[in-house]
Amino acid sequence: MNGGRAALCVEQKELVAEGVVRLRLVDPRGVRLPDWAPGAHIDLNLSNGLTRQYSLCGNRWDAMSYEIAVLLEPNSRGGSEFIHRQLQVGDLVQMGGPRNNFRLVPADSYLFVAGGIGITPLLPMIEHAAKMEAPWTLLYSGRQLSSMAFIDRLQSYGDRVVIRSRDTQGRFDLGAAVSNLRQGAKVYCCGPTSMIDALEQFCRSLPTGALRRERFTAKVQTSPARSTAYEVELARSGKVLTVEPGESVLNAILKAGAPLLASCREGLCGTCETTVLSGVPDHRDSILSDTERERNLSFYPCVSRAASDRLVIDL
Amino acid sequence: MARLSQLVPSSGHEPPILVDDPFSEAVLSSPFEFQHALREAGPVVYLSSHNVYAMGRFEEVRAALVNWQGFESGNGVGLFNPRHETPYRRPPSAILELDPPIHDAPRHALEQALGPRMLTGFRDGWARTAEIMVEELLNREVIDAVADLAEAFPLKVFPEAMGIPEEGRENLLLYSDHNFNSFGPNNALVENGRAAFTKLVGWMGQQGSRESLRPDGLGARIWAKTDEGDLTAAQAAGVIRSLLIAGLDTTVHALGAIIDAFLSAPRQWELLRAEPTRARVAFDEAVRWASPVQTFFRTATRDIGVAGTKIPEGEKILMFLGAANRDPRRWDNPDQFDLNRDPSGHVGFGMGIHRCVGQHVARLEAEVVLHELARRVARIEPSGEPKPHLNNTLRGWKTLPVRLIPA
Repeated sequence: MNGGRAALCVEQKELVAEGVVRLRLVDPRGVRLPDWAPGAHIDLNLSNGLTRQYSLCGNRWDAMSYEIAVLLEPNSRGGSEFIHRQLQVGDLVQMGGPRNNFRLVPADSYLFVAGGIGITPLLPMIEHAAKMEAPWTLLYSGRQLSSMAFIDRLQSYGDRVVIRSRDTQGRFDLGAAVSNLRQGAKVYCCGPTSMIDALEQFCRSLPTGALRRERFTAKVQTSPARSTAYEVELARSGKVLTVEPGESVLNAILKAGAPLLASCREGLCGTCETTVLSGVPDHRDSILSDTERERNLSFYPCVSRAASDRLVIDL
Repeated sequence: MARLSQLVPSSGHEPPILVDDPFSEAVLSSPFEFQHALREAGPVVYLSSHNVYAMGRFEEVRAALVNWQGFESGNGVGLFNPRHETPYRRPPSAILELDPPIHDAPRHALEQALGPRMLTGFRDGWARTAEIMVEELLNREVIDAVADLAEAFPLKVFPEAMGIPEEGRENLLLYSDHNFNSFGPNNALVENGRAAFTKLVGWMGQQGSRESLRPDGLGARIWAKTDEGDLTAAQAAGVIRSLLIAGLDTTVHALGAIIDAFLSAPRQWELLRAEPTRARVAFDEAVRWASPVQTFFRTATRDIGVAGTKIPEGEKILMFLGAANRDPRRWDNPDQFDLNRDPSGHVGFGMGIHRCVGQHVARLEAEVVLHELARRVARIEPSGEPKPHLNNTLRGWKTLPVRLIPA
């Protein structure tokens, strides 16, 4: 446990629609994975040097595995292509998070709008809305039916789910869908930018926070994950520690005898929060928002590492 | 961390039976002998006094705490089992006794409102309060470390930080004490507290409303989540009441535990004085050592095998946080309060999705108090017989007479 979570293991890989693979990821030690809620994503540090974010689309009542689904992008910068063509069952892949910028919040009813692979974060949301017995509708469109993942999983929901192939049936009338919403409804959308932009226009008159969206043109992380050792300087004592890639910074600090309190050791609880004085962390926690990550003021040594050669921390 | 083998349903063998009542006065006032027997009997034990399962070893307690899928809170975290008995004697807590998915939104709102970075604004003011309080205590021959410090400090800063009206703040201790008693059986502790509690139910019901809260407090921050659509009004008021109930007594007993801990190991006070940055570690070590929250119940959501013993679906399991925090399988010399130990990972705040959401608040309170005491006090000496405070869930002191020797 002191080594931090090094990697996840690809346990299953299966084609679930044209150009879409579903991966089942487990901890190679056979232990629980960190908790998550619908809307969460993980960062995968692929061994071709890229970091990509993927929504968790599996079942959180199974604590032993994560599921993601990856679309092979025609203009892939290497992430989806690597996963489709090179990543194999049994391979290890580095992980950060899970993090959640797209939380399911309480509502009297939900309208879910998915475009293509944007169905992934919405799948667990639908299951949650059903569990909470809130009325909901899913509008799910894709270019053609054969490339739309998880249609089979959605069958049991009957007419709450409306599936449409854009090539043969055209687009959804999102304006009408929004104007039919009752008071207290919330709208969740994940899909191409054009779809989100259109929906934003229609939702202008809804109350604050009624529209929640996730764009899947995720930002490229500025600092690539490193696979080599780095130095951590404890500013108050002047000690410089060398941290090997397989070791957690927390462990290195404790070995050096500095009193640093931790609790969950999974980047969830925030107990080991440490101030960064200089250097660039490679954040792997579930706590900081994107803005907070960019500020690089604090980090969680139980899971996070260094992206730069040296990190100076206030300890 | 839970291993796969522990989660697989198994027929399993019958657990050893322990006849002692963990909620008896004898065990509540000094739980260590019972905890030892519980740990040594086996990883899972059946308590015939209340017909529930129990765990006292660190590894199994921790694994069960994080396994919310297998051990739910929504069926109540007290002894009372609504699956077998009706009617339910009190409404479920607005966060403690919920499971996902309805647990998610209030939990996230509290995590955001009470995260370490959200509390930095309180540090200077609380440090000043500690300075004034310690200054005053140093003028006295003998103090009661419970009433004069462990209660006085949180009562001064916590309701203020929450932003609730001054009137009636002292009700919180009484209300909360009974609430924690009610997780246990209907014993004398529950009977004796009922009348006073009943009188306060109406008052408590009024707490948490948006109008009653100061706009710059933690309560208002939680209400602000309703403006963004992240929380319903009922959830906001509910979690604020939960914080008021769960945030004060626990901290009081934790601060009392720190003083008790240093009384038990005076050498450690010198260590803290020499290195005040150990204050945070000292607090968590005291929480490990004393476990102010001793126990909570869970309910098995299905037949679950734990270390070869089957816990049947729907049965209650009593988790002994206090026993786990002193399990020699996990801790060297567990009965020693030791600042050179790394207490990280103790289960005094629980673990997993229900871990104490106020732990950063408690740590900050303890840190400022300890810094000030370490600065001003050369020694803390006992000055009379301490009296335990009995509660079905909490462990603490009613009085702890001490002498503070100025530095």
